[in-house]
Amino acid sequence: MNSATADPGFEIVARQDFSDVTFLLEIRHPLLAKAARPGQFVIVMAHEHGERIPLTIADFDRDRGTITLVIQAVGKTTREMQRDCRAGTRLHGLVGPMGIPSQIGKARKVLCVGGGLGVAPVYPQARAFKQSGAYVIGVLGFRTRELIFWEDKFRACCDELIVCTDDGSAGIKGLVTEGIRQAIERHPDIEECIAIGPPVMMKGCAEATRPHKIRTIVSLNPVMVDGTGMCGGCRVKIGERVKFACVDGPDFDGHLVDFDDLMFRLQRYKATERDANERFNEHCRMMNRAPTVS
Amino acid sequence: MAPKKKKTIRMIPQARTPAHEQEPQVRARNFLEVNCGYQIEDALLEAERCLMCPEQPCVSGCPVGIAIPDFIQKITEKDFRGAYDVITATNLLPAVCGRVCPQETQCEGVCTVGESLEPVAIGRLERWVGDLAIRDGWSNVPYIEPSGFRVGIVGSGPAGMACAADMAKAGCEVTVFEAFHQAGGVLKYGIPDFRLPNEVVDAEIGKLERLGIRFECNTLVGRLFTIEQMIEEMGFHAVFVGTGAGYPSFMGIPGESLNGVLSANELLTRCNLMRARDFPAYDTPLQPGKMVAVIGAGNTAMDAMRVSLRLGADKVRCLYRRSRAEAPARAEEIHHAEEEGIEFNWLVSPVEILDDGHRNVRAVRCIRMTLGEPDETGRRKPRPEPGSEFEIDADMVVYAIGTNANPIIGQTSKLKLNSRGYIATDEQLATSIPGVFAGGDIVTGAATVIEAMGAGRLAARGMKAFLGLRETDCVYRDPPAVPHSTLFGIDPAEHCYARVRLPR
Repeated sequence: MNSATADPGFEIVARQDFSDVTFLLEIRHPLLAKAARPGQFVIVMAHEHGERIPLTIADFDRDRGTITLVIQAVGKTTREMQRDCRAGTRLHGLVGPMGIPSQIGKARKVLCVGGGLGVAPVYPQARAFKQSGAYVIGVLGFRTRELIFWEDKFRACCDELIVCTDDGSAGIKGLVTEGIRQAIERHPDIEECIAIGPPVMMKGCAEATRPHKIRTIVSLNPVMVDGTGMCGGCRVKIGERVKFACVDGPDFDGHLVDFDDLMFRLQRYKATERDANERFNEHCRMMNRAPTVS
Repeated sequence: MAPKKKKTIRMIPQARTPAHEQEPQVRARNFLEVNCGYQIEDALLEAERCLMCPEQPCVSGCPVGIAIPDFIQKITEKDFRGAYDVITATNLLPAVCGRVCPQETQCEGVCTVGESLEPVAIGRLERWVGDLAIRDGWSNVPYIEPSGFRVGIVGSGPAGMACAADMAKAGCEVTVFEAFHQAGGVLKYGIPDFRLPNEVVDAEIGKLERLGIRFECNTLVGRLFTIEQMIEEMGFHAVFVGTGAGYPSFMGIPGESLNGVLSANELLTRCNLMRARDFPAYDTPLQPGKMVAVIGAGNTAMDAMRVSLRLGADKVRCLYRRSRAEAPARAEEIHHAEEEGIEFNWLVSPVEILDDGHRNVRAVRCIRMTLGEPDETGRRKPRPEPGSEFEIDADMVVYAIGTNANPIIGQTSKLKLNSRGYIATDEQLATSIPGVFAGGDIVTGAATVIEAMGAGRLAARGMKAFLGLRETDCVYRDPPAVPHSTLFGIDPAEHCYARVRLPR
């Protein structure tokens, strides 16, 4: 919480870089850390002129009073955050937890699948399932060995862990769907699958579990402005119905989600995003070239 | 006061004093205010048009019951500060309400002068007084006796602000929670700057802060903490819920998920609050629409159309299934939109949004409508004319056909909701949880700014009764007609109460 007049912002207490594009921010917000549940997200505004971006909560620590976000620097805003957000700096806005928390049901054997950046938000779910006494099988997918992060955290809360890399540089070679196939082969009694990652990966997961009729929950992250059900930008097609991911989700039944629609709608601002990215590149070049006076 | 000669309709200036406006061609390309408001001589002239009739229909026409003839009287006496004091006795946000109230259906709609001439321009006068107060830094910070009660307000829109102000005056420690990073609610994200500049909203919020009200932004009540927690754990003695009805409706016709189809809320929030109009200085993007079709004819639709025009659209069309007479927007907004070159297509309803082959909008297929019998709301019900379908070119389609209840409070609390998802309340706006009151759009469904403010004030009255606080309205009512009834300058009704000035 911060006042409308004074702007203390939200303090970043730690940062960790997993690769040249992926980084972690730990932010102090005791009330939020207390309220957060697996599956929820926050909206972040880096600075006063920034845009509001939704980010899934990757972890929360009630004792430290912090929440953790894992961010991939792909667009202008996230690249700027990668450049500027350091331990000790502040975020202009941070609001949440948003969305309906994931149902940590009574499933006794679950599959927690994370692809790329989705590895982070699937962690609190894996942990919660472990705490509820389930047998947890983790499937993590990365492009290559260098991008792997949090393997130790997952090992601590998973009964089995399958790491997949596209190039085979670590774990098994192939996509997470290959990991899912192997897991289902070994464990035909898997009751539930949680899959978080890029839409195309979640679509693949849903298709991989569909023939086995395994309940599959995916976490959707469409374009949003407010995150409180007000703009309708995040509407997604779930079966025959239209839902708002921010207040009706973000978790949905993966077998009902229209992923093609979601992927097209994610392209809405591609042109402006590209412009902003190019302008940011140019800006960075100028800054590097500028003579250092003092 | 010396008895004045009674004014008659023949004695007053016959024509309504016009307000200065930006030329339509100029303003359609900028975000500066369209209506530049009155100058002092305009206000004095227009104030003369009030007959000071004894019936005062305008007062009962006003949802908050501003003593309209009294403040106009003060203007004619050139006691502008006095006029401000009269207005702020009932309405804290004159600069806002003077701009956005639908006066033609409220105070001005029942004005006695309006029976034979154009009604007195009450809204413009109110705005002029409000602007003067902002310019000169007037604010009425009353002596407030701390009551020891803590009140939480959920939502910083007009309902929340009005309730907060009344509770602060009643001596409560008031905290307003807002989910966005800026306070103001619909006044900030919804109503565009050319109709209500954000600086005006900020100035009015500043006045509330001077009453001791705290605004906590970036706080999503319901999810960060619940209404129940506010009462049980956080020490709030009473809570007001004014979260609005911001869940936009779509029609459910084919093509709604195409890129280029969005709600008016999204368009307006991106443009107004997030300042996408100043992209790339601000990071929030907005799809540029060259041929924009806006569905609906309420105030939000007018705002969406005029914003689209200012963002550089070549052609902006309004599609409305009824006729102009049934359009819910303020008369002035429709008039302004027409002047700026918006094309109105009455009696037209979209049936499908068509694709250009790349998942972008190419056109809207519409059907013509005819009006049948009036329905339960008294508006004539539109019926489609079979075989009358046609296409309208568009690359952007904006839905402004209303909103539904915001679901977050319902999802996270045990508050009783009605069948449509709005919060159920009694006549005093008390909800099913003791100490929790609700008002504004989250109770009634989408309505106007002033109605929401009226609801906020009504809830404050109920809240004061609940907390056992005396009704503070008597403290801030107009000075008694016979000033000698005070004892040492204190109203006899008030002499038992200590007066403590809150520290700044």
